[in-house]
Amino acid sequence: MSGATFKPSDTVDFLVIGAGSAGGVMAKELSTAGFRVVVLEQGPYLTDKDYRHDEIRYTYQAGLTNDTKVQPITYRKNESAPAKLAKAIMYGRQVGGGSVHFTANYWRFHESDFEERTQFGEVAGAGLADWPIKYADLEPYYTKAEYDLGISGLGGANPFEAPRSKPYPLPPMPVKSSGVLFDRATKRLGLHPYPAPMAILSQPYQGRAACVNCGFCEYFGCEVRAKSSTLVSVIPIAEKTGKCEIRPNSYVHKIETDAQGRATGALYFDANRREVFQKAKAVVVCSNGAETARLLLLSKSKRFPDGLANSSGLVGKYLMWDTGAAAMGLFEHPLNEYKGIQVTRVIHDYYKADPKRGFYGGAGIDARFNYYPANFALQGMPPDAPKWGAEYKKMLSTYFTHTMTVLSHTSSLPQLSNSISLDPDVKDSWGLPAMRVTFDFHPDDVATLKWTLPKQKEILEAAGATKIWASGIAVEDNIPSTHLMGTCRMGNDPKQSVVDRYNRSHDVPNLLIVDGSSFVTAARQQPTATIQALAYRAADYAIRNAKG
Amino acid sequence: MQSTRRLWLSQCIGIAALAEVAAAQQHAHDAVQSSPPPAFQTLDPATAAEIDAITSQIIPSTDGPGAHEAGVIYFIDRALSAFDADLREAYRTGMPEVQKKRKAMFPDSASIAALTSEYQVQLIHAIEHTDFFELLRTHTLYGFLGNPNYGGNRDHIGWKLIGFEDRMAFQYPFGYYDAQANGDGK
Repeated sequence: MSGATFKPSDTVDFLVIGAGSAGGVMAKELSTAGFRVVVLEQGPYLTDKDYRHDEIRYTYQAGLTNDTKVQPITYRKNESAPAKLAKAIMYGRQVGGGSVHFTANYWRFHESDFEERTQFGEVAGAGLADWPIKYADLEPYYTKAEYDLGISGLGGANPFEAPRSKPYPLPPMPVKSSGVLFDRATKRLGLHPYPAPMAILSQPYQGRAACVNCGFCEYFGCEVRAKSSTLVSVIPIAEKTGKCEIRPNSYVHKIETDAQGRATGALYFDANRREVFQKAKAVVVCSNGAETARLLLLSKSKRFPDGLANSSGLVGKYLMWDTGAAAMGLFEHPLNEYKGIQVTRVIHDYYKADPKRGFYGGAGIDARFNYYPANFALQGMPPDAPKWGAEYKKMLSTYFTHTMTVLSHTSSLPQLSNSISLDPDVKDSWGLPAMRVTFDFHPDDVATLKWTLPKQKEILEAAGATKIWASGIAVEDNIPSTHLMGTCRMGNDPKQSVVDRYNRSHDVPNLLIVDGSSFVTAARQQPTATIQALAYRAADYAIRNAKG
Repeated sequence: MQSTRRLWLSQCIGIAALAEVAAAQQHAHDAVQSSPPPAFQTLDPATAAEIDAITSQIIPSTDGPGAHEAGVIYFIDRALSAFDADLREAYRTGMPEVQKKRKAMFPDSASIAALTSEYQVQLIHAIEHTDFFELLRTHTLYGFLGNPNYGGNRDHIGWKLIGFEDRMAFQYPFGYYDAQANGDGK
């Protein structure tokens, strides 16, 4: 915390709302280009000194994510179902956002992900569409992200990956037992395993030390700064410019506009719940694929009665979900998967959608273990195991160290009926309308999960698992969603999309929307690399425009 | 895809007293830093003994120490005093239901703790599909396997049982198969 300090009455060049994966990148790019930037973040400013190996705080209390006790969320499957309180959406809520607590999977999208409508065709009941940009438009920015943030991986090892202009800046992380078993099994099955690209340092990089294999990545903040969150990579660079202020505990609830319909700044509640207005020449919303839509809907005015940037009526629509299923296997010898990063091997053999299957969809599949002692005991055991008692206790003593997961990351079709909206009844503890989530799977989402799960089990079988079990594939088994995509989709036609190909609002000329909300399709999950590549690209064009 | 999804969903059922809970949450972290308290903060000793009897069947002390020795009941008391203050009501209404069940099944019994182990097991089978039992199980396992700073998992009893070590750093190899692969020169 060493950046500039601005007054709310100072008209800064850019006001960034949200200091997460995208907001951190925007802050760095804009401030190093010489602009004055204020970043408003809902959550606190924590650092590596604040983080702990504390499962009660970080998995049970979900200490680094949104707290539904103060910011309730309601959920319903469809518009005719009653919306009930549930943590249906989960996102990082501190400086660094989700990049602080994510597993750190860092997959680029494939070339086909940007043109699936053309390649695959129409899907009944879904709004499958091409992106207005191609992979080649984004490639330089994927590369920039990988080098700026510090990504470990092995370029070219995945035969299905899109062309890369440069190798990863760091070699892949060493393989764990789950990766070795997965590697052997998938090769035996004629598949193509490759080292997982991870936003975790395999070697020292840019003044940060390499990972020490403590094992506390997913749900946790890294205590040695080896996870390449925006908190430890780009945000310190932004602050060092002396032109960027990161202002935590600042909960934005309205973007204001002037008589010409241009954004003038944003109203927020500070840590003492006082309302403050920060003036700015331009506003960049990076509040994640769920909160961004909610903020735009909250920002309605006489001029924008349906919410800001919403002339298309599509703000909040086409919400896509973090979809996948787990197959788990028990092995004869100890794996001790709790040590080290969660994921070391991946396959993309089943990634691309193929009309011959009779449904739209595909999957990336990885070898992992993302359990900690208590949540493993509660969630990781086979469904036919006892849930308490002497036999349960005995099983725990071997299962925790002898189990691994083969996890699928599957497609999620954009559907108009899936949305983020404002709950008409429930309010948060600031008195603002709560987020209402409406989501159900498309039949093809379910078909994809059903098609993929036997392949996951087949891998475990080929790896020699002595017992195999699986998670459910119902929507309820996929709640909460932590990948928040699609609610301000990108497109060339202002009637069919919310932002243009440079993440600029079609309706408000000085409003950028940069996060997972601009995704047209969900690819096969792991959205962070693409969120950040889009941020680098949006910043590049915003800087060129602002400098004329 | 998150592994603790259903748990979080089940935690979000009740939402009364938002501000009170928010305040409790803010103090929760500080409140749990010291060693276990000599007395209970929220539970009365009689109820605590009854809950302890149930948790001691969830993780029994057969073949080594269980929930009782790990001090799970102290974790539950701390949780209800701080970050799970909103779940006090679930205990306040849940325990009398269990007692009602006990009296129906074992009319001559005085308490859960006084039942034989065999009867305790029968009683738990009768309640194991209730939301309240799922809460007891969740609290028991976080108390047994969570960070010892919260009053449970004394002497790392839970971690020792499952083979978990809490260290700041580990060296490869971690398990049998990566050691084997390295040995192969793979």
